[in-house]
Amino acid sequence: MNDTLNEMRTISVTINGKARQLEVAVNHTLLDVLRDDIDLTGTKECCVVGECGACTVILNGRSVNSCLMLAVEADGGDLRTVEGLEGDDGLSALQAAFLDEGAAQCGFCIPGQLMAATALLEKNPNPTVEEIQEGLAGNLCRCAGYEQITRAVLAAVREGEQ
Amino acid sequence: MKNVGASPRRSGGYGRVTGHQEYLADIKLHDVLHAKLITLDCTRAKINSIDVTEAEKVPGVHFVMTPDDLPKPMPRFGPQFQDRPILADGETKYHGEPVAAVAAESKDAAEEAARLVKVDYEVLEGGIFSVAAALAPDAILVQDPALRPNDPLARTNVISEKRFGWGDIEAQESHLVVEDTYQFPMVTHFAIEPHGFMAAPEDGGISIWSTIQHPYLLQKMMAKMLGLPLAKVRVYAPDPGGGFGGKQIPKLEPLIAYMALRARRPVRLVLTLDETFQQVRRSSAEIRVRIGVDENGILTFEDIETNFLVGAYVDIADRVVGKSSYSAGGPYRVPAMKIIGRTIVSHTTPSTAFRGFGIPQISWARESVLDEIALRLGIDRLDIRLRNLARFNDEFIPLEHADGDWEQTVRVAAKRIGWKDPLPPGRGRGIAVGVKSGPTTGLSYSTVRLLYDGSAIVLAGTSDMGQGARTIFAQIAADELGIPVDQVTVVMGDTAVVPYDQQTSASRSSVLMGTAVLRACREVQSKVRDLAAKHYGIDPDAIKVAAGEVLLPDRAMPIVEVVEEALAPLGGEVSGTGEMRKDKQPDHPLGGTAAFYEFNCTACEVEVDPGTGAVILHKYVTVGDTGRSLNPLQVTAQGEGAAIMGLGHTLMEHIILDETGRIRNLGAIDYRILTSMDLPLELHSESVENADGPGPYGIKGVSEGSLLVTAPAVGAAVRDATGVVIRDLPLTPQRVWEALEEARNDGS
Repeated sequence: MNDTLNEMRTISVTINGKARQLEVAVNHTLLDVLRDDIDLTGTKECCVVGECGACTVILNGRSVNSCLMLAVEADGGDLRTVEGLEGDDGLSALQAAFLDEGAAQCGFCIPGQLMAATALLEKNPNPTVEEIQEGLAGNLCRCAGYEQITRAVLAAVREGEQ
Repeated sequence: MKNVGASPRRSGGYGRVTGHQEYLADIKLHDVLHAKLITLDCTRAKINSIDVTEAEKVPGVHFVMTPDDLPKPMPRFGPQFQDRPILADGETKYHGEPVAAVAAESKDAAEEAARLVKVDYEVLEGGIFSVAAALAPDAILVQDPALRPNDPLARTNVISEKRFGWGDIEAQESHLVVEDTYQFPMVTHFAIEPHGFMAAPEDGGISIWSTIQHPYLLQKMMAKMLGLPLAKVRVYAPDPGGGFGGKQIPKLEPLIAYMALRARRPVRLVLTLDETFQQVRRSSAEIRVRIGVDENGILTFEDIETNFLVGAYVDIADRVVGKSSYSAGGPYRVPAMKIIGRTIVSHTTPSTAFRGFGIPQISWARESVLDEIALRLGIDRLDIRLRNLARFNDEFIPLEHADGDWEQTVRVAAKRIGWKDPLPPGRGRGIAVGVKSGPTTGLSYSTVRLLYDGSAIVLAGTSDMGQGARTIFAQIAADELGIPVDQVTVVMGDTAVVPYDQQTSASRSSVLMGTAVLRACREVQSKVRDLAAKHYGIDPDAIKVAAGEVLLPDRAMPIVEVVEEALAPLGGEVSGTGEMRKDKQPDHPLGGTAAFYEFNCTACEVEVDPGTGAVILHKYVTVGDTGRSLNPLQVTAQGEGAAIMGLGHTLMEHIILDETGRIRNLGAIDYRILTSMDLPLELHSESVENADGPGPYGIKGVSEGSLLVTAPAVGAAVRDATGVVIRDLPLTPQRVWEALEEARNDGS
């Protein structure tokens, strides 16, 4: 990844629970580094202007568009990507609910939807339909599975209450 | 039937929720070079020269591919006309047409070099951006007439003019005749996955990776272009991240193939979303409709002229025009019909297939004119449709028969919206019906391998781009073989492994490939019968095999138990193949009858904010005749998804050109699609199921119906609520507000 065009810098980031040191180009976005440098390709690239939400990750507890920040800005941070959602005991409640409700169609927006929904539920464990729709308004789905996605988030909330 | 009619978790769902699903851009090839396109920020330019000196000095850059590096004359390709050059051939014909491409060791180097390529060009004055400009007597010709040597229309911008019809419209006596012209905008597919391509030289051939919906079409095209046998062109087609028609036809694969052959290394090009916008769109259209009726609103004739503005190269658009124009009259009994359909080129992004395949454009006009007639005659807008609707088995178009109880669908929608209920103040309702032909030809093969442990592998060359084909095939195989659906693996997307499939389009796959899978399973069943006969020493004629079971003379055994017992010593498998063929019919104007029709009725209830012109969707109902919903969850999702996509072109989506033809709203910030905040307050997607379809267990295709008549249903509701008639889409707040203002001023 190192080439003569780019100035490099070393950053320390905790990614999905593991501390890592990465040498990154200072002009590369967090999305570039995830996808191109460390093979975490679950985070998707679409609009690269922060409108579609396909690249949503959770940095220090907040959902962010990884296309809109430089990788060096994540230095010292705690980063979670879609690859970190599945735990030792299987899929997260949200992931399972997305499958049960048929929320994942072509699937390309789904990692971003899941990360945005995960961040939403961490902040607001019992959202209304309107709060879910608002919380996911930055995540476009051209299959337009919005109803299924909303139902899946509600189902995951119910699952969490049991 | 345990799985048919149920909604198991999506096959391929696990990868989609964990991030492990490999889309094209996620695939890393060793030793790959990254490509970047060079485009000009203008529409029409004469290219004098391309200077690559500085660009090729960038460290890591291997070469800049220009037209000089391609065979002479420039290879051209296309599914109908061989008109699209690999790179702009001396002149760019639309904003964003690639003129050269860099190959470099890194994306950064490729991007840096792309900025340093010096194209010496002159911007050409004028251009064709509208139907009127294209048809003007002194119009600039978009395409070189030499591309169409024996075509009398070669010196015009009309690629073809299609005429269909029956009866004599002039001889019909009508009580009322209404004529109007409607406009439908350019819109883009906006799959969330931008298009991508890779190619790698292989021993005596080439491998190509593409986000394409039609890998076998790409294989054929590349074999022909490169002079290779089919077996030496291997196409990998990972599941597309949404297609909607935009990924059907090859676009930049030939360029990447030539670059890989030149580099003798793999080359990769993943477009940005903005670049994707410049590669695909839906045809805009101007539709003139004249309809006659008697005093009871019974149709006496329809006279429809469709002018589709298809862009600089024809792609599959001429088929869009022909197929949609043929059924332009809609799902009605019409005594006399006259249809003229024109495919018109322009200096805009080449248009291609888009969900609905021309029907949304035409239905917008026809259904709106029908509403005008109903209002003038004082006939209920639902009733005028019911009175004219084709009944089951009617030959409503020559050689085409109504293949469902369409009236039932309309009645379900009317009931759901509460058509005859009193309207709350300030609200309006609209209702519209539409019909779209499914595939007219088809050829699908499948191989099903029942392994000795009772699990199965299905090979099917369909592309699963979100519609859920993989799940459907797994459900069919599971029921036919009597195994759980999660023990079926469906393999797609590799032309060297998976048998031929003509294409993934026209909502065909459940019906055509589904039938091939079913037949392959039936062959497995037949072989299991022979296996049981041999293993148990019974006359094969005394054994029957049905869904999942082997019926021996004295007992029934699950298929998998027989297979396990008979094959256990050495392992192995029982495999079957299935073929579904729908041949061409030379006597049919479209080359074949519709395999099925997607019939839809959409009804909605809206309110219009008088201060802003915003349309508030209170209730939205879409009902389709699905024959049978093999997977109800997926059918509902396709219905809702298509409806919401249709609300996009109805309410907000349109590509905006400046006066020189450049796209002003490239990308997600300026081109709006519906978000979770823009949905109807109530949205219902329902199905009518009479098991009268040609596919397995009576199914029909389902994925396009719900956007066929979104626009006329909403337009009619806006009119009902406000009294204003708008004949151009989208119904943006600004456009609606302006119409309201005009009405207010006229009234004062």
